[in-house]
Amino acid sequence: MLEIKDLHVSVEETPILKGVNLKVNAGEVHAIMGPNGSGKSTLAKVIAGHPAYEVTQGSITYEVNFKEIDLMELEPHERARKGVFMAFQYPVEVPGVTNTSFLQAAFNAICRDQGAEEMDAIDFDVYLHEKIKLLSMDEKYLNRPLNVDFSGGEKKRNEILQMAVLTPRISFLDETDSGLDIDALRIVAAGVNKLKSKDNAIVLITHYQRLLNYIVPDFVHIMIDGKIAETGHKELALTVEDRGYDWLNKK
Amino acid sequence: MEHPSKKTQTEVTISENQLAGDYKFGFTTDVETEDFPKGINEGIIRLISEKRNEPEFMLEFRLKAFRHWETLEEPHWAHLYYPKIDYQAIRYYSAVKKKEDGPKSLDEVDPEVVKTFERLGIPVQEQKRLSGVAVDAVFDSISMGTTHQDVLAKAGVIFCSFSEAIQKHPELIQKYLGSVVPYTDNFFAALNAAVFSDGSFCYIPKGVRSPLELSTYFRINAMDTGQFERTLIVAEEASYVSYLEGCTAPSRDENQLHAAVVELITMKHAEIKYSTVQNWYSGDKDGKGGIFNFVTKRGKCVGAHSKISWTQVEAGAAITWKYPSVILQGDYSIGEFYSVALTNNKMQADTGTKMIHVGKNTRSKIISKGISCDQSVNSYRGLVKILSGAENARNYSNCDSMLVGDQCSANTFPYLEINNNTATVEHEATTSKINAEQIFYLKSRGLDDEEAISLLINGYCKDVFRELPLEFSVEAIKLLEMKLEGSVG
Repeated sequence: MLEIKDLHVSVEETPILKGVNLKVNAGEVHAIMGPNGSGKSTLAKVIAGHPAYEVTQGSITYEVNFKEIDLMELEPHERARKGVFMAFQYPVEVPGVTNTSFLQAAFNAICRDQGAEEMDAIDFDVYLHEKIKLLSMDEKYLNRPLNVDFSGGEKKRNEILQMAVLTPRISFLDETDSGLDIDALRIVAAGVNKLKSKDNAIVLITHYQRLLNYIVPDFVHIMIDGKIAETGHKELALTVEDRGYDWLNKK
Repeated sequence: MEHPSKKTQTEVTISENQLAGDYKFGFTTDVETEDFPKGINEGIIRLISEKRNEPEFMLEFRLKAFRHWETLEEPHWAHLYYPKIDYQAIRYYSAVKKKEDGPKSLDEVDPEVVKTFERLGIPVQEQKRLSGVAVDAVFDSISMGTTHQDVLAKAGVIFCSFSEAIQKHPELIQKYLGSVVPYTDNFFAALNAAVFSDGSFCYIPKGVRSPLELSTYFRINAMDTGQFERTLIVAEEASYVSYLEGCTAPSRDENQLHAAVVELITMKHAEIKYSTVQNWYSGDKDGKGGIFNFVTKRGKCVGAHSKISWTQVEAGAAITWKYPSVILQGDYSIGEFYSVALTNNKMQADTGTKMIHVGKNTRSKIISKGISCDQSVNSYRGLVKILSGAENARNYSNCDSMLVGDQCSANTFPYLEINNNTATVEHEATTSKINAEQIFYLKSRGLDDEEAISLLINGYCKDVFRELPLEFSVEAIKLLEMKLEGSVG
């Protein structure tokens, strides 16, 4: 579904990613781990199309409707409409815009792009209520301004709610587990597991093995200094938990 | 005695902005005009009055105002910076030259002027008129005529140009002119009283609900000319009217002065709803040119249980100095002020309201939304005054500021004067920022730039937009989105 080849990325001329290769197929769950500053979040932002990141080399190919497209040719909103999603590490507060009106606008923008029928406020409300149950979210968050005065955990949960509403094909979850207490982590993980299917793919970016107890990955990648240094299965995450990253540096 | 010069105006000054298409109303119209020489003195004032064939009381009013104005200093207390205005370099009267005996109706108006209003989206000719809205079209100093006169006449509603009202209803003008905003009120009100040339007059008789929305469209066209219009609306007992006001001007590198006065009067159980979408030319991105907008708007709830509601969307003008206010004199009367003020480039706005509670059980509500972008300065200034006799007065104020980018500024200057301890006064204020990260966040969920901005603006301003008549609301949202697009992201 998504193939990243030899990806080099700089921020203000400082190279961050230095040749990343990654292939994600439909139905797979990948985890990317690695020390601080290794480039994990950068990768997620590049996929989403953040303007501050400059791709200097390499390619990102995305396969949609049996066609391969160059993801970098697309604007951030076009990527979203084609089913690419990133759950933000630090979700942005947007005053004045209620969660519901935002979700409805985004949902309908994607429907329009895909030629599906848009939903009116009443139908959307019904749809939305199914989704918040999935994440055991309180209804009150729906009518509050988007992320404004949400706690850290509520913001993260709200990201997964967006994922549930927009039903992307490939989702990058950037440290969605950080800042969550164990109960919230279980709820978010259960939500993600319910959204998982053979047709979509999920890439988890995380510091902690803990999340992977709840969402079991098919592949674990360790990113060090802008490259994927090691790829394995879920056991690799346990090894890292045990031994840290140093042994990979030396490798 | 000086005499007006007659000339054909053929100047075309196109600023960069107009070429860039930022301000689509920035064109000029080539028409033959009758212009007075520049400058102000008693002779000019007598000439304006004479030109308009005014009764003696009008000339008296103007001269008293002029003499008073001469004793005043231009005010500079607002959070606005502008060069001293040279009042002798302004032309105080410019009128499209009339045919031999003048246009009898809108259909006889200079076709160039008709075309102008059509380009502005204001069809004035009979066959193309807006249904449901009666329009008075004011071009520079003169009203071009008012549509739907017949329908209004049937209901007993008077809606005409101010000059016509002076001729046909002098008793009403003499009774109410200056009764809410006296010429002594302030520098610009005094200047307006001395030189105002046209504007609209509305009179809604007892028990009548105006069958149409009334609307005035102000267009500045002539160069070096100030626009000084005056609007007077009187709503008799238990009547209702909704009035809309729109304004545009050509893009020019020189500043032009607009100093208007609006007076509203409501008797017992009457209601006036006054809406403005102000889109004067605001100057280019370097702050060159644009309209200086110094406006005094005030309503007086004379009767008990009456209501005056101001809604404004201020999106233009280089300088805005404007505080639509309500004097709540009648017991149980209600005053409301809903405002969105957007400033971009180097615009400066100092706008807000005054709610003066005089009667018992009076209520007022203030909702103000400021949006500042680029290097603009946007200030809310408001006064809530509760007089000692105003038992159980209530006020609620909410003043929000939104900053777009990091070079603009927003200020809030709320003043409270409470002289009665039964009053309930609430004030809320917030400041928020729109930044590129918010836009990216919304885009990453599938919204394009336009949709993202529209969502932000609609969300932020919804409490004000829902007060506007529907078609005005759509226009206003489009206007703000257009203005914001260059500033965000």
